[in-house]
Amino acid sequence: MAARRVRSAPYLFIAPAVIAFTLLLAVPIGYAVYLSFREVHITGLGLGPGARSERWAGLANYTSALGDHELLAGAGRVLVYGGLLVPVMLGLALLFALLLDADRTRLRAFSRIAIFLPYAIPGVVATLLWGFLYLPTTSPGYYVLHQLGMSGPQLLQGNGMYVALANIAIWGGTGFNMIVIYTSLRSIPAELYEAARLDGASELQIALRIKIPMVLPSLVLTFFFSLIATLQVFAEPMNLKPLTNGISSTWSPLMKVYRDAFTRGDIYSASATSVVIAFVTLAVSFGFLKLAGRRAYGEDNS
Amino acid sequence: MLSAAPRGLRLALGLTSAAVAATLVAGCSSSGTTSAAPAASGPVHLTYWAWAPGLDQVAAIWNKSHPTIQVTVEKQASGDDLLTKVITASKAGSAPDLVQAEYQALPTLVSNSVLADISAQDGSASSKFAPGIWQQVTLGTNAVYAIPQDSGPLMFYYRTDLFTKYGLTVPTTWDQFKADAEKLRGEDSSKYLTTFSANDAGLFAGLAQQAGAQWWTTTGSSWKVSLDDAATQKVASFWGGLVKEGAIDNQPMYTPAWSKALDDGTQLAWVSAVWAPGVLSSSAPSGKGKWAMAPLPQWTAGQNVTGSWGGSSTAVTADSKNKAAAAQFALWLNTDPQAVAALVKDSYVYPAATDAQTGGALATAPDYFGNQPDFYTQAAKIAATTEPAAWGPNVNTAYSAFKDAFGKAAQNRSDFLAALSSVQQTTLADMKTQGFTVSG
Repeated sequence: MAARRVRSAPYLFIAPAVIAFTLLLAVPIGYAVYLSFREVHITGLGLGPGARSERWAGLANYTSALGDHELLAGAGRVLVYGGLLVPVMLGLALLFALLLDADRTRLRAFSRIAIFLPYAIPGVVATLLWGFLYLPTTSPGYYVLHQLGMSGPQLLQGNGMYVALANIAIWGGTGFNMIVIYTSLRSIPAELYEAARLDGASELQIALRIKIPMVLPSLVLTFFFSLIATLQVFAEPMNLKPLTNGISSTWSPLMKVYRDAFTRGDIYSASATSVVIAFVTLAVSFGFLKLAGRRAYGEDNS
Repeated sequence: MLSAAPRGLRLALGLTSAAVAATLVAGCSSSGTTSAAPAASGPVHLTYWAWAPGLDQVAAIWNKSHPTIQVTVEKQASGDDLLTKVITASKAGSAPDLVQAEYQALPTLVSNSVLADISAQDGSASSKFAPGIWQQVTLGTNAVYAIPQDSGPLMFYYRTDLFTKYGLTVPTTWDQFKADAEKLRGEDSSKYLTTFSANDAGLFAGLAQQAGAQWWTTTGSSWKVSLDDAATQKVASFWGGLVKEGAIDNQPMYTPAWSKALDDGTQLAWVSAVWAPGVLSSSAPSGKGKWAMAPLPQWTAGQNVTGSWGGSSTAVTADSKNKAAAAQFALWLNTDPQAVAALVKDSYVYPAATDAQTGGALATAPDYFGNQPDFYTQAAKIAATTEPAAWGPNVNTAYSAFKDAFGKAAQNRSDFLAALSSVQQTTLADMKTQGFTVSG
């Protein structure tokens, strides 16, 4: 009896996790993959009962998803957006974390909260607020510029759109990344700094030669998160769209999935596109982790 | 996102809708089971998915006088959301008994086998509506898929004080409209007559309808898609020309900047529908008493036709176990004088039923148009001139393609005809992909 109980206990413990994973993740993913191989078929005008049926599509949804130049163009736009967003956001996060960590910094707790606070504002709300500020006739910023005899940049059209969108994400995301980096800065043993100072290192040298290399794993982690968030950008362009002619319904790959599924009513091709996006995200993320792992975690991996 | 329909109402009530949206998700899963088979004892229970405000109060009037048929209204977010939701529910066999459906969504719903044909129960309903409206609920067949509820005939709204100030005449033709737009730019370069907005295809559809466009038609078992027909090309190149020469603005409607432009008189006019007073009173509160309404400008002088922007109907679903009772309610709701009066008062709709368009709650002009006491008398006359619309089974795809293509063209002030042709190609290709027998 005792032996049996010992052996079943581990299964009992992992059961909730396995059941939750199966029901909430594996089954829906499996269903989406199944749907991606199906299509609807219509006979005649498609108005009578039974005129619409579902059938196997083979790889048709995948070939049309991969051959869709809008999806590719959307991926390109997201790359430009990410190229703008990730370096600026992480650069600012690192800078703020280092400043907060410096010995002479005052009002540390207040600054930390002030920088972190935008992260607590939901993306949709942030987008609406910023959208208001981007419209020249309603924005107080443009009003001030106008009074000074200057005209502000057009952020809701052309390439200004990338700045407008990246700015919302930078505003919202810097605080979170800063906290992650700051936390790992605080865990660096003080002896290292003492040794450096005894060797005559300046604060700047300490930051560059000790702090940044020591928090490299955190930087890798925040870069990893930012990369995934970038590939999945949806809420910001979706909510800025009604304010401008400059964002199409397929601006980002996920917006295209949304349009296909809920505007065109074609859940089959939307599923196929989702599967493609998921694969690309996985490949890019793990490719990066593998690459970064060698450098960031040093000897034990190489 | 939101397309067509009593937009003003939706905007005004958007917050309320958002608040109830969460509850609805829960309601979705349970509502299908409420329509039990008619038992000898006890009343029949019907569920009704709709987004118009105050419908529950109208249903309460029915419930009081019809103890054997009890209707429960379940509030929905908006037309587009409801379309997707009801198609999904129908696939699962759990659609409600009744749904509110926008006219342009009816072919999509019928094509997905969501709706029941209620031609056996509709009685003499067709005589109570303008032919252009009734044709939209039959899809030109012998079937009847819904009872019309409200309509949105297009009209021309303008600032009387500023028209006088700049010496503009109220345009009766589109040529005069163009002349006004250009004259105004010459008088004051900070003002625009109006804007061309690419974020709502419903308005463009109404304008094309006025010009005589027939976007989707059928012959035998084959569809014909012609979003780029001669009438629509005329409309597209007219507005494209105005945008290109800078005679009108190119920024979208329903933005804070747009509201401000209407409120402070930067834009002097708005081509809109009968529900515009609701939008104007919330977007341009300081213009109260300064705006007036006139018939839509015409393509040929002396002509008298309009298109419509939005409007919805009440449909019975194929899943309903009490189709006769549901049809009886739909008919009562949209034709009974007491019901329609309540619809006007509590749901703020402009009734599709011809008799109800004057008198009752519509005897006096909306508050915002106090300077135009015969507002609704004029509106009823204009409503009677509505040209028929021709909707197809993938209006949503066409609307989304319109927003993308015309948004880009408006932004770049480039060729609207090229944009129109891309909308046509996208819509046609989508129907082909779905397997429809179709020609362009």
